[in-house]
Amino acid sequence: MSSFSVTEPSNGQKWFAGILVVLYALITIMPLAWIMMTGFKTPPDSISYPPKVIFEPSLEGYVNLFTTRTRVGQEALDALPPPETWYEEIVRERDMVIAGPSKFGERFLNSVIIGFGSTFLSIVLGTLAAYAFSRFKIPLADDLLFFILSTRMMPPIAVAIPIFLMYRNLGLSDTHLGMILLYTAVNISLAVWLLKGFIDEIPREYEEAALIDGYTRFQAFYKVVLPQAATGIASTAIFCLIFSWNEYAFAVLLTSGTAQTAPPFIPTIIGVGGLDWPAVAAGATIFLLPVMVFTILLRKHLLRGITFGAVRK
Amino acid sequence: MAEVVLNDVTKSFGETVAVEGISMTIPDGAFVVLLGPTGAGKTTTLRLISGLEQLDRGEIFVGGRNVAGESPAQRDVAMVFQQYSLYPHLSVRDNLAFPLKSPILKTPADEITRKVREVAEVLQISHKLDNKATALSGGEMQRVSIGRALVRDPAIYLMDEPLSSLDAKLRTDLRVELKRIQADLGATLLYVTHDQIEAMTMATHVGVLDEGKLVQFGTPREIYETPNSLYVATRLGLPRINIVPASIFGNAPAGVTQMGLRPEHIAQGEGQEAQVKRVEHLGDQTRLHLDLQGHAITTLAIPGQQYAQGSTVKISPKNPLCFDAHGARILQGA
Repeated sequence: MSSFSVTEPSNGQKWFAGILVVLYALITIMPLAWIMMTGFKTPPDSISYPPKVIFEPSLEGYVNLFTTRTRVGQEALDALPPPETWYEEIVRERDMVIAGPSKFGERFLNSVIIGFGSTFLSIVLGTLAAYAFSRFKIPLADDLLFFILSTRMMPPIAVAIPIFLMYRNLGLSDTHLGMILLYTAVNISLAVWLLKGFIDEIPREYEEAALIDGYTRFQAFYKVVLPQAATGIASTAIFCLIFSWNEYAFAVLLTSGTAQTAPPFIPTIIGVGGLDWPAVAAGATIFLLPVMVFTILLRKHLLRGITFGAVRK
Repeated sequence: MAEVVLNDVTKSFGETVAVEGISMTIPDGAFVVLLGPTGAGKTTTLRLISGLEQLDRGEIFVGGRNVAGESPAQRDVAMVFQQYSLYPHLSVRDNLAFPLKSPILKTPADEITRKVREVAEVLQISHKLDNKATALSGGEMQRVSIGRALVRDPAIYLMDEPLSSLDAKLRTDLRVELKRIQADLGATLLYVTHDQIEAMTMATHVGVLDEGKLVQFGTPREIYETPNSLYVATRLGLPRINIVPASIFGNAPAGVTQMGLRPEHIAQGEGQEAQVKRVEHLGDQTRLHLDLQGHAITTLAIPGQQYAQGSTVKISPKNPLCFDAHGARILQGA
């Protein structure tokens, strides 16, 4: 065993790096953990001072998130039959009855449709465009690429008013299609640029071999380029999804009912019956999950090295 | 298998002329080697035949059919690239089956299995069929790459320096193997290389390229024995042909300014004195590096004879190849 190595870090360096990573993880996980905890607190616990780290968990936040409730008098309450379900029981304790389901489910579903829809569209269009830019001689290719990138140069909200007016005239306001198109338009520049980088790295020999092996250009693209671009497509998809999932400004401006996504909806909970922090936190927690699951599912594709070593450079 | 004919094939990339006016006939069942240094247009010629590049001028016929406007798939050619270019996301088996599964061939599954097994056996990669293509050594990858061409029965096999990235032993083994396979199948093969040993050992015909032009086309023996220019003469032969001014041995024929001397053109024992600079023992042969009035000459030692460094040897030309000032061959007695 050698006592000195150029490539292996020393034990001290490993410890130092380890401590840095743990510290960084703590700092980033802290707010997340706090939101998840708050979701399981009762409203009084959530605003108690000093903040409670140890508390009795309650599902009140989640019940409040998914229901609308009305306050009733003590007499009316007594006249009611005993609560049939556990969530009715929680609501009754606050002297209220469930009036019906809240709109959170619908809004969440809207987020899923619009977020994944626009991600899918951005990736499909982005991959095709990136492939064309990467492989074909396109007149003014550099200018076109710059133009595509330039759509990202100002904050999207700067064009909010023209878009608002245009959408109203086109009848796209507050529709799923309108939001999917809008988020796709914002995402596509990122998608084209990221994916072009990935496709540029895939040697042309593969497609040429496939062309000679009896496949058409599109079949070669589909059977040879796409599988190798999986890494790039996965990471691009994650970026696109995170943007359209979290987008707030356009969603507030352009949606109000049928196509409203979760981000503009969650703050409205605050307005109903006082500051219901556990319900907001519960909403945020549920809202986090799809992106988290999506990222974890695609995690293995984020690791590079799939094409490594197959072509001698 | 089919005959492939090139007629005045020309291709430029921007200002650079890559291939200029190449006309040649690759007979059915021939093993044709295109020989030339880097940038001579060898690879471009292959890519033009395969359809990966479009012609600027000229025609290509595969089996009597003008292939202008046909896609690479329609041309019915198989190609082995210089780089391994195996599909990295597929197993060795799927790599070999890939051409057979193409929409043009649509081979039935049991035939795919049979052909893949056959080719894998020939190339000795049967035990690696289920490996990922990326989990192979360089030599194995290149064998799979060759195998991917061999599973098909195309009009012509095109090979672009398929052995250049392999180590010496593997290169020799595969060279012999490739020649055997070609002879067994009676395949038409166009093979590009800058390695003269590959050209001499495998080819039925050799085409020598110089800056995009086909300067000579013939059997390896013709190219070696009767090169039509100085350039062609320097392409073949080990040790390389020695070029000396014709006047060095006195009374040169009219017009002859340069003389090409292969070892077999150098008689030892009489003539001009040359100094022995270095003696290289290669095992099967011994090379002599001589200095003849300031010109370096490399030739072979006569077996059994001792040469001391610094001693002198008398040499004279014996049926040398004669060239004019522009490097064109001048036939003696003509």
